[in-house]
Amino acid sequence: MTATTATARRDDTMVSSLPPRPTPQRQFSARPLGVGLVGLWLSVIVLLPLAALTVTSFGDGVSGFWDAVTAPVALASLAVTVGLAAVVALLNAAMGTLIAWVLVRDDFPGKRVVNALIDLPFALPTIVASIVLLSLYGPNSPVHVHLNATRPGLVVALAFVTLPFVVRSVQPVLIEVDREVEEASASLGASNWTTFRRVVLPTLAPAIISGTGLAFARAIGEYGSVVLIGGNIPRRTQVASQYIQQQIEIDRPVNAAAVSVALLVIAFLTLFVLRVAAGRSRRREEESS
Amino acid sequence: MKTSTATRLGLRTVALGYLVVLLAVPIVLILWRTLGEGVGAFLESVRTPAAISALNLSLLIVAIVVPLNVVFGVATALALVRGRFRGRGLVQAVVDLPFAVSPIVVGVSLILLWGAGGWLGGVEKLGFKVIFGLPGMVIATLFVTLPFVVREVEPVLHEIGTDQEQAAATLGASSAQTFWRITLPAIRWGLTYGVVLTVARALGEFGAVIMVSSGFPGVSQTLTLLVHSRYIDDHNTYGAYAAATLLMGLAVVTLLLMTLLDRKRST
Repeated sequence: MTATTATARRDDTMVSSLPPRPTPQRQFSARPLGVGLVGLWLSVIVLLPLAALTVTSFGDGVSGFWDAVTAPVALASLAVTVGLAAVVALLNAAMGTLIAWVLVRDDFPGKRVVNALIDLPFALPTIVASIVLLSLYGPNSPVHVHLNATRPGLVVALAFVTLPFVVRSVQPVLIEVDREVEEASASLGASNWTTFRRVVLPTLAPAIISGTGLAFARAIGEYGSVVLIGGNIPRRTQVASQYIQQQIEIDRPVNAAAVSVALLVIAFLTLFVLRVAAGRSRRREEESS
Repeated sequence: MKTSTATRLGLRTVALGYLVVLLAVPIVLILWRTLGEGVGAFLESVRTPAAISALNLSLLIVAIVVPLNVVFGVATALALVRGRFRGRGLVQAVVDLPFAVSPIVVGVSLILLWGAGGWLGGVEKLGFKVIFGLPGMVIATLFVTLPFVVREVEPVLHEIGTDQEQAAATLGASSAQTFWRITLPAIRWGLTYGVVLTVARALGEFGAVIMVSSGFPGVSQTLTLLVHSRYIDDHNTYGAYAAATLLMGLAVVTLLLMTLLDRKRST
């Protein structure tokens, strides 16, 4: 509404005080009606549900929210979730960078197939990831590795679904890297390890951090890939999303909503820190160049 | 930086070994276990009435979600690129929000909004059953797939600018003509890529959908729910493997399309 009146008023003043100007841009810019529809759509699909969630989580007041989040089993599930996500994020930081390195700097037959394979976890439904890993590491394991209902099992499942994040964010940076600096460093007598640590790693750091952060954010909310292999044992392998699901099943919506909000806050904080870190490193790069 | 052959081989072995243990072996094993019993057994398992109705339901959800995402996704992208309105930053943030929200949290939020006693729970009395019905599954899928079309179309719109559209308008084209003849052809590959991502995610969504579905075989089970219920409720491990293989086939098709389109987009 306000947008419409604002446009109308601006047009009036233009007519009265200025000679009419051609405004070719206006025809294609989103009209207030379009913007309004988009706003309505986003509100109904995304914002209203999350608003209902937040309001419900405080349905028993702030103390009710706090009690729900700090209930021993809830807190344990959040701790398990964050702990596992941190382990998986670090595993991704190391292995993702290594895989990106091998894909960019090394050459071997079948490299393109391997490169395409990296995206598979994004294309594969999460429940399929669960089934696939269970067939190898579950009760019928042909190699007698039983990870069913253990924390290592959860780590494997989460590592599977988050594999592409670091690889795909480091790979393009590594392709663009100026290799002359590395050669200079080597000709000045630096060992490979020193060159990697002092020259290559600082260039890759922003990409590694952002990939790792995205992997972490994905891991704390993951459900489909852990639901079959996790075992859902409270205080041991029950992750927050499983706890939330259980609370809905036993009809405790306030508990479910409160832990959901806690999970959301952790994810937002992660993404916020990433954004600040990215902005800072971009500014540093602009200053140095 | 020149690495010695030994180092290079070592790094290669570690990287490939990790991928083999994490990705390749489990996938080959499940294919072997599914198809090892013969193609006939596999086909029989994915042709049971429950499996066929699950496939139909998954496709129905895709058929509803894709057009809605195309219309509103393109409109949102146009508003974000061409629009000059207050709150653009907010819209940007809201579009990315679904990426940061756990599927289970999506399900809980929808139950609290549309379920009995929720803010919009009244629609249920009007005969529009959202939670434990098809609308709930559609809305859940819309939530998780919302960013794809917007985020694929937006950069293309940025790149093409408005020169051609202005030329068309100068030559007397109406805004509808300009959109159909100029804008839409220019964004078609970005849009297609967004649609492929949407389809893949819609077929594969599990957490958000299981929360809002009643999960009855033959009625309200999607393919992913079928995999879950065959494994958990029916202890039909082979059936679960077979349904998973079917979904995996769809995922591989998606992956091939993505690779092809990626090449098309960049040319």
